[in-house]
Amino acid sequence: MSDIAHRRSPALNAVIWGFVAIWIIAAGFPFLWTLWGSFKVQGDFFSKADWTNAVTGVRTQLETGGAFTGKGYFGAWITNEFWVAALNTGIVVVSVVVISLTLGTLGGYALARSGKKYAFYLLMLALVFRAMPHITLVSGYLLPFFEWNLWGHLPTAIIVMVAINQPFTLWMLHSFFLNIPKDLDESAMVDGCTRFQAFRHVIVPVMWPGVVTTGLFSFLLAYNDFTVTATLLSQANQTMVPKIASFLGTTQTEGNVMFAVAAVVSATAPLFVLVLFFQRQIVSGLTAGAVKG
Amino acid sequence: MKNRTFFWFILPSLITMLLFIALPIVSVFVQSLYVEHKAVLIEVENCGPFGCTQEVQVDVAETAKLKEARPLGQFNGFGTYTNRNHLAFAEIGEAWQSSTGVRDLLSKALNLPFYRALAFTLTYTFVVTPLVLVLGFFIALGVNSLPKRIKGPTIFVSLLPMIVTPLIGSLILFWMIDAQGVLGATLQQIFDDPSLSLKASPKLTWIMLMVYGVWHSAPFAFIVFYAGLQTVPADTLEAAMIDGASRWERTRYVVLPHLMPLTVFIALIQLMDNFRVFEPIVGFSAQASATSLSWIIFNDLAGSEGQFFGSAGATSVLTIIGISILLIPVLIRTWRDFNRKVV
Repeated sequence: MSDIAHRRSPALNAVIWGFVAIWIIAAGFPFLWTLWGSFKVQGDFFSKADWTNAVTGVRTQLETGGAFTGKGYFGAWITNEFWVAALNTGIVVVSVVVISLTLGTLGGYALARSGKKYAFYLLMLALVFRAMPHITLVSGYLLPFFEWNLWGHLPTAIIVMVAINQPFTLWMLHSFFLNIPKDLDESAMVDGCTRFQAFRHVIVPVMWPGVVTTGLFSFLLAYNDFTVTATLLSQANQTMVPKIASFLGTTQTEGNVMFAVAAVVSATAPLFVLVLFFQRQIVSGLTAGAVKG
Repeated sequence: MKNRTFFWFILPSLITMLLFIALPIVSVFVQSLYVEHKAVLIEVENCGPFGCTQEVQVDVAETAKLKEARPLGQFNGFGTYTNRNHLAFAEIGEAWQSSTGVRDLLSKALNLPFYRALAFTLTYTFVVTPLVLVLGFFIALGVNSLPKRIKGPTIFVSLLPMIVTPLIGSLILFWMIDAQGVLGATLQQIFDDPSLSLKASPKLTWIMLMVYGVWHSAPFAFIVFYAGLQTVPADTLEAAMIDGASRWERTRYVVLPHLMPLTVFIALIQLMDNFRVFEPIVGFSAQASATSLSWIIFNDLAGSEGQFFGSAGATSVLTIIGISILLIPVLIRTWRDFNRKVV
């Protein structure tokens, strides 16, 4: 209908475009800048004299002979064994996602189909658990874990993160299962399936969109975690994020900050790819909880 | 669903939550009642060429044995809660007696570690949350009025600050605004003030931490609001237009009320998440100017001076009490929603 009625004044248009442009720069530029800077030497990326040094790479030219250098990456990945941390992160993240989705689908399905009062109380309890700052929980684990020699190992961190992840996973999958019509599994049960068979043969084939979305957020939680991995893992088992933090703590010598910069860029890359491929699922996941109130 | 079936379905999930969320809360409370053993001292006679002297030494073996026997430490009751590093009753009482005014009292309280952290945590929570809501709302309005073709890429870039690891995100910003970073150095040159640096100014550090917080969380508010904007009833908008409502009036009286439930949702999630602010302080190495409750617990557990489980436990319990107070409105709201659905 009303193209004319919806037409905006040029001034308003300019304001809108300007505002969105500023936001896009604020959101995107820091990443570009760091990516660019990670191929320079410290003297350029942290140039007190003139920020254009980072663009032209004057010191990088002087020190390495080229406008770009991979020294930061070499130092981080090879010399400081960042690849071990990357491997550990891989193990932790995959395990956390698989285990928490397995537990979460079973639990979320039960919560969605129960309809009893206690199912609601459980969801409320999960909400309270979700609000607990992770570090308060960690301070409860440390002493027992030291005593029982559980501290420092990857499986310990994995199971702890699965548990911390459960409240959120339950809520999300619960609301996805609510959207799958009850008649589906109930008709299977009329045909003589047990509850578990109905779940296995009727619900599992149709639940994947919800599981993928929930899995993405489990992935992010495990991948982005600093609190649990920094406190519960030993030096040898460190994942990427605490490893980056340890670069900052120990490296005071010239050039070593660039290891941290290179490591930061390396650790951000998978997240970029993730958003690139799963943008739609991430957006729908963020809004799923909200729109339903 | 039958109770039995329900039980078996939920059991694995429930066990992990009870073991690793409920139990630690209990364990934290128990820990907070204990305090580390004092080192066992022995008197040793030290005889050298200039005669013998009595010397007090730490008996390492004996101390280790004591620690082995009772790893929790010795019972201290609520002593840890009231000591200088936590609620500091004695210090606050003394300050109350001696201070000349409210301002003086506050500044004395803010020298105590717990109150300093509490002050930052609360300021951060209650400054960042509203800003996130406002910024997110305006980004959503802006993006919603863009041509369809560039909406996708815009959303992609907008998601990045939220999706990135908090520690990494704060590092990326910190490296830019540090005294030697691109923004920091340029600002120094513009204002011609070489002392203008994040590390030197607590005020600037607080502001930058909050800027980071808004930067990190605005995308979340934006996405939720953006989804909400797609469901604004077109009929109502048109009716308002026919009645002669201006663009601003339509936004104010149709769009905003429609988004109200979402605003509440975002605000509650943000309150919970901002209250645990921690990673940016590590990323900005801001502990000299700003500490949060989560940070002082972390410092007790992983600090350079050793591990203080009692102290960490006490702060944790206080933090849990704080978050519970924040959580009460959320619970009431969910409760009401649920009852409405049932009826």
